[in-house]
Amino acid sequence: MAEATPKIKILKGAEPDLSAATYQIYDESHTIGNALRWMLMKNPKVEFCGYSVPHPSENHIHMRIQMYDNLSSLTALLTALSDLDDLCVTIDEAYNKSLREGKYERWDEKS
Amino acid sequence: MASTFSAHAGPSSLPSSALNPRRHVNVHAEHVSDVSNTEYPGHYPGEDHSWNLAKFEKSLRVEVQRLSQRSIEFDLVGVDASIANAFRRIMIAEVPTMAIERVYVYNNTSVIHDEVLAHRLGLVPLDVNPRLFEFVHEDKEGKLTDRNTLVFSLDVTCEADKSGPREKGAPRRYINEYVTSGDLIFRPAGEQVSVLSEGSANYSPGPTNKNIVLAKLRPGQQIEMELHAVKGVGKEHAKWSPVATASYRLHPLILLNPSKPVPPHLAEKFARCFSPGVVQIGSNGEVSIDQRAMRKESMSREVFRHKEFEGCVQLKRIRDWFIYTVESEGPHPPQELLPEAIQVMRSKIADIRRAAEALLAGADGEQEGAGQGQGDGDGDVSMRDA
Repeated sequence: MAEATPKIKILKGAEPDLSAATYQIYDESHTIGNALRWMLMKNPKVEFCGYSVPHPSENHIHMRIQMYDNLSSLTALLTALSDLDDLCVTIDEAYNKSLREGKYERWDEKS
Repeated sequence: MASTFSAHAGPSSLPSSALNPRRHVNVHAEHVSDVSNTEYPGHYPGEDHSWNLAKFEKSLRVEVQRLSQRSIEFDLVGVDASIANAFRRIMIAEVPTMAIERVYVYNNTSVIHDEVLAHRLGLVPLDVNPRLFEFVHEDKEGKLTDRNTLVFSLDVTCEADKSGPREKGAPRRYINEYVTSGDLIFRPAGEQVSVLSEGSANYSPGPTNKNIVLAKLRPGQQIEMELHAVKGVGKEHAKWSPVATASYRLHPLILLNPSKPVPPHLAEKFARCFSPGVVQIGSNGEVSIDQRAMRKESMSREVFRHKEFEGCVQLKRIRDWFIYTVESEGPHPPQELLPEAIQVMRSKIADIRRAAEALLAGADGEQEGAGQGQGDGDGDVSMRDA
């Protein structure tokens, strides 16, 4: 093996200004693919976003992003990533708060 | 039409926002409808559905419902299925644990084959905090150190138990008839004793359950092996999965039609169409839905089989109300699994972010260079750090 596979690669056919591009993300699956797709679709400047797992034995996903107004899809991807991170933090905080409050049923499970 | 149905008359009711028909998945006798989320920018004219963290924080609700030593049930309300599914998938496949990966067999005269026994050993859940360990890196020639490998030994010989007289017809007695997970002996190396015992003095790495039968022996048979446990994730092999199950379901919703009440003489029959406790019958035979018990409804759709109840009730699910059930099987207490999954998710996001930022820096650099240098060997446009 010559070199390690890059984490993200832009596939052939992308617009030169990256207003429409397909990104190949290595070592990711539906887990990130679908979550990121949803977050990108929440961006009003995104005209289209979809992802696919091209083949089950290839360890990568494809993420297609098309933008309005010739904006950069790469910038949109970065925004979506940081928004997704904010979402994770928010859920983590809310969960820990509920756990601390202790307003839940505790029971003894025999095993 | 949906607005004419009501979930009225119930103690400790659902939040009124749960009655927003846009959040409902409709369940019919033979099919479901309105399955997909529609709240995207541009879908509803004049409405703003772009991502808004403040709005999300306001609408998000996370509530732990039940907790035992082994399992947890919690509600995650106000997120899309793609997010809920990501956490479920990570809990199953990407939260790391330690498991036995290599087995060196010095002697095995039992009836169970080496490879079958090795497989069984791999599946034994180990009570070891995986955060204290590193992954074995293949690129560093897979070098084993005290920071990435735990060594156990298994050395059991069976013999006849000749102590004391045996009554005629009584079964034979054996010593070490069963080889169990409790027979695994931890062989500490390097700093492991001090690092692993931090927190509790009498802790020693071993199986979470010491009574798992691994093999059965008869006098003269022996098993002698060395076992190496390493860190891994469930997507490589299920033995590294920290959960027995991690699943979610959508919160059921039952709406009665106020303009077509259930006839009092059929109230009992109506109640039997639902899970126990869901339908309550008043003194005059009027039916109501217990809002607390509603989450236990099995959604059998039995009520749709009876013509007399046609139009009396709507069955639905709430699209963004996820009821998780997670059973821990391994070192993590059940309440720590979601935070672990969130941490894994965040590190995945950070990895992709780093790569995307490098790509952005590379793309800017190339634009300055008049867009030259695009395309590598396979014709794909590849942009790495400038």
